[in-house]
Amino acid sequence: MSTAATTHAPDDHAHAHDDHHYDPGFWRKWVFSTDHKMIGIQYGTTGLAFLMFGFMLMMVMRWQLAHPGEAVPVIGGMLQAIFGSSAFQADANGIRGVLTADGYNSFGAMHGTIMVFFGIVPVAFAAFGNFVVPLQIGAIDMTFPKINMASFWCFFISCIFMVVSFFVPGGAAKSGWTSYPPLSGIADLGPLNHVFMNGQTLWVTGMVFNITASLLGSVNFIATIIQLRAPGMTWMRLPFFVWAQFVTAFLLLLAFPPLEAAGVMQLMDRAFGTSFFMPTGLIVNGAITQWSGGGSPILWQHLFWFLAHPEVYVLILPGIGMVAEIIACNTRKPLYGYKAMVGAIFVLGFLSFIVWAHHMYMTGMGAKVAGFFQVTTIMISVPSVILVTALMLSLWGGSIRFTVPMLFATAFLPMFGIGGLTGIPLAFNAVDLYLHDTYYIIGHFHYVVAPGTIFAIFAGVYHWYPKATGRMLNEFLGKMHFWLSLIFINGIFFPMFLQGMAGVHRRWYDGGATYEQLITPVIHWNNFMSVSAFLLGLAQIPFIINFCASIWMGRKASDNPWDATTVEWDTPTPPPHGNFIKEISVYRGPYEYSVPGADKDFTPQTEAPRSDRPPSVGVAGPIATHAH
Amino acid sequence: MQIPHEVTARPDTGLYNAKLGIWLFLASEVMLFGGLFSAYIFLRMGAPDGYWPHGLLNVPVGAMNTAVLIASSVTVVLAWASLKMRKFSQYKLWMGISILCGALFLFVKLAYEWPQKFDHFGAFIKPEALAKYEPLLGNKRIEEENKKGGAKIDPRVEISGHLHEVVIDASAADKERLDAFLKKHHLEAKPDAHHPNLLAVEGKHLTPGVVEDLARLPDGTLKAPGIKLKTFVLALDPVNADPTNPESDKPHFWYKGATEKHGEIQVEDVESWSAFAPKHSPYFAVYFTITGLHGLHVLAGVLIMLYFWLPIEGGANMFKRNPEHLANRVEVVGLFWHFVDLVWIFVFPIFYLL
Repeated sequence: MSTAATTHAPDDHAHAHDDHHYDPGFWRKWVFSTDHKMIGIQYGTTGLAFLMFGFMLMMVMRWQLAHPGEAVPVIGGMLQAIFGSSAFQADANGIRGVLTADGYNSFGAMHGTIMVFFGIVPVAFAAFGNFVVPLQIGAIDMTFPKINMASFWCFFISCIFMVVSFFVPGGAAKSGWTSYPPLSGIADLGPLNHVFMNGQTLWVTGMVFNITASLLGSVNFIATIIQLRAPGMTWMRLPFFVWAQFVTAFLLLLAFPPLEAAGVMQLMDRAFGTSFFMPTGLIVNGAITQWSGGGSPILWQHLFWFLAHPEVYVLILPGIGMVAEIIACNTRKPLYGYKAMVGAIFVLGFLSFIVWAHHMYMTGMGAKVAGFFQVTTIMISVPSVILVTALMLSLWGGSIRFTVPMLFATAFLPMFGIGGLTGIPLAFNAVDLYLHDTYYIIGHFHYVVAPGTIFAIFAGVYHWYPKATGRMLNEFLGKMHFWLSLIFINGIFFPMFLQGMAGVHRRWYDGGATYEQLITPVIHWNNFMSVSAFLLGLAQIPFIINFCASIWMGRKASDNPWDATTVEWDTPTPPPHGNFIKEISVYRGPYEYSVPGADKDFTPQTEAPRSDRPPSVGVAGPIATHAH
Repeated sequence: MQIPHEVTARPDTGLYNAKLGIWLFLASEVMLFGGLFSAYIFLRMGAPDGYWPHGLLNVPVGAMNTAVLIASSVTVVLAWASLKMRKFSQYKLWMGISILCGALFLFVKLAYEWPQKFDHFGAFIKPEALAKYEPLLGNKRIEEENKKGGAKIDPRVEISGHLHEVVIDASAADKERLDAFLKKHHLEAKPDAHHPNLLAVEGKHLTPGVVEDLARLPDGTLKAPGIKLKTFVLALDPVNADPTNPESDKPHFWYKGATEKHGEIQVEDVESWSAFAPKHSPYFAVYFTITGLHGLHVLAGVLIMLYFWLPIEGGANMFKRNPEHLANRVEVVGLFWHFVDLVWIFVFPIFYLL
């Protein structure tokens, strides 16, 4: 299709068939692809693998918390062989595989980094955004396909940095996922460490690549949504998922660069001895360090949280978008308050830029500054509540189909609700000073992101898998996966609130054994939570089997297996290069389910109103217009 | 497969894709440099009195570079306008001038401004030793001036200039290694006139970097074993050569290099010393990071403009096939170039003038 096909004559089928000859060869098709669907799948599989990897790091940590100082059973020796003696050591009896304190810090820092920047953002934003958004707006691809490919490969390079960092002397970064200086400024520097090939420097470098990938992706997403909407796809006809991705892309576009700046500065501190973040007269191991001083660790915190607060909305908004799509489709009724939700998500996006310092109450900021951030933080709960309430009300009076994606989407609502509501106390300076750095924070954050976003991701995988592969995922394995995951994930995170309120600190390497007398009433939960974590790991096995085997063995999917209305279901399954085999025009809003008087309970966005339906289509009947 | 609106604008947005893309990219760039500039503000606000230098940079050279960049922003618009009028030879001329301006800017930065810093030496004096160096600092007069009222003048805590000589105690050193080191760097070591145990190292290749290799740490502890730094002898900067001159109280327009006057600093009195390199102080850390990142942007702009200027596919050869597409490309790089220019318009005052 080399000629310009910018005209959209409704009966212009001449170009459509050219795509059957599209054969770019193995490398261009599967590896260096510029097709948004392949890039989405690449992002998705890489991200899911990292989610698994990050979860495994946590399972090793949970073993250490429940059984401090004991070797990891069965795989301990293997872990020590892989991660080396800085992360694992032998116990008194010579059994290999005891997680060291350094190893614990390193696994904790990398768990956070990997889950946030290498797992959830790539899957929820990049993978689903790439695969679904152009299809939903009726575009043949992203606006800048080559930049899209560059985005993925930039991301891939950052993945290599992070993985390699586990295997350099000293192990991976160990200053927390927030990488606070001065700890991160002095970590892994010294005669035993390579100037560049050390955990923290690789972390910073990897993050710079990761941020660049996000930047390229977000420019592409916004430009695609603005420029490539199909004829008739007006703004208020966009599916809510597209709105969510649109706002998310703006958050990434504008919030990430300050962290890139901070990353460059930390790199300067580590590689060229500057003191952006190193204070004057810093004493390490009893000696004054050689930095010229004059820097400020608080500066890093500001720059970091200026990203990282919008980042939590980057984590959750695509999830809410997916859940909205799935709820509308499976309740067979329109979203309640679509316009209010669109308004809310913009307010949310804006407010997320002015709440960051509520992560920093402990720095001793002045009462006025703290007051400002308390107010904005409370304000941001308003649009969040609008979103969740609208989704809850969407369930009301629906004839709900409890398909596997719908189960995950329904569970998302109370789980995200718990996560959100437990955040409100943290908005207040006085309460936060007590709860800061306790397990309460961990519980709050994980309820938002784990049974929140990750459940939304699972919902999305079950929902769009048929479109991507042409096969359905197995329903029984899916339900097994859902129920087990729901039970065990609560088993991990709910006791964290109890522990946190009792004062259990998030960074205790021995699970609090040293302070056992202080936390006697809650320390026994460690075991319960760890067992839950291991069982949650086992509960993912049905999903992994389902995900891999259904590509070949799954039931064949029709083009629109869920009887959904949005445009992505109006493509062949799986969609070919160029996506659509006919010119797409949009005639109606995204959620025309159960329209009174319609001849079926869903009306696709591309279905022309009866009066201006082309005569040739009218004869073939309403179903034939979107069956191929 | 052809992506819509690659060349012609989408009617309802009035934009072709790349124009929207570059504006979004520039929004993100604003945040990137915004982060760096806020670091500048944060560090400057937090710097103790006297620790944020003024007037160290060469203002006329910086002003010339500013003019060069602004001129290139004009010529890049003229290049775009020429394409819109389909005047190819004019395009080649104006684009060529824009590229040369960008290259000249980079040349001045890399061949003159940066290297000059790496040769320059500065030492922060410990608070308790400041009185000892009063003849080089002139703090008493500043105190009196400040008592009179008017604009507050920062006290001076740093002595800077060109390294003339370094006195070392090499009595415990491995003589062979020391000789090899000195020979490698074309330095001479003569016994000090007053202290027979000490060696005075000098030579025109004596830079702060070489001294760091001799003994890296400010307190004189060793990198090269057995060598202890004792004294720096500097050809002083004007401010230290003539500290009571009121001219030195404010940033000056014409740059003055180190004078002929020598001054001595005992290493034991020094808090930290180095070349005017990134690690010297938060000021130079921010200066090098921002001008470095800005320089990378200039380089990227020059390379992209060169790509559109050279007679290649996707570059100037596009004129015959699709002149509008080439004009769009030049418009997009022009927008980027204006942004790069705009960043410099912030950089110039905050580092050179304030």
